[in-house]
Amino acid sequence: MGCLEALKPEIILSQSSFKEAREYIKKNVREYHEVEPGYRIFDVHIIGVPPLYVGVEGENLIFPYTKPCHGTFVVKVAGGEEIARLRAGKK
Amino acid sequence: MTENDEQTALILLGCPQVPVQTSMALYLVHGLREQGIRPVVAGTPAARKLMETADPSRHYLSEMADLDDAIDAIAEKQRDFDLCFVFIHNDSGVAYAGTMAYISKARLYALLFGEHAEELAGEIEFPCEVVAAKAVHNPMPLKRRLDEVMQWAVSKR
Repeated sequence: MGCLEALKPEIILSQSSFKEAREYIKKNVREYHEVEPGYRIFDVHIIGVPPLYVGVEGENLIFPYTKPCHGTFVVKVAGGEEIARLRAGKK
Repeated sequence: MTENDEQTALILLGCPQVPVQTSMALYLVHGLREQGIRPVVAGTPAARKLMETADPSRHYLSEMADLDDAIDAIAEKQRDFDLCFVFIHNDSGVAYAGTMAYISKARLYALLFGEHAEELAGEIEFPCEVVAAKAVHNPMPLKRRLDEVMQWAVSKR
């Protein structure tokens, strides 16, 4: 998996459960899209149990990122071309 | 799956915080090999180091892989397995197992252990075989459950 650090993420929520991360995005991000487990954002595949949501806020993407030892984080990264791909519903 | 139809199994190891994980993973690798199934172990660096240190001559272990690399290969449909065993002792483990249920065609086994095994088992809402036991330091409760499910003990009598 590509390193999330390379995307210079802003950590919005730390060490939560994947359900808490899901609810956070659903409640706090106006535009969000449902994606499948394994959905790729840049070189990062999203881990989790459906439904998984990826949010769009301005030029940024907001998504859950699960680490084996530290739970699930909600992170914000610059979205670039990934925003259009997400909105188009492409895998 | 391989070209010669040899069955393969992926064993996913998360954070090795709970002692029984390494012992049970080696036991599982042994059992799979006895059944003629080729195990591939994927895990965090620490989880893999614990396995490799416990089996320096590689009597049990063969292929080892980085956890995220294994997920990447399956998600990108470059590789898949016949069986998949996910070791779970925390919420992240459930998330990884749920991902495997979705991206892989493997028959999925969720092996839950640790203090909160039963509670975590209640979180599993995707198709898989659940093997759960409250085992932290002593692997025997989980070993017994795994034996029941895999029926190794029976088949060897």
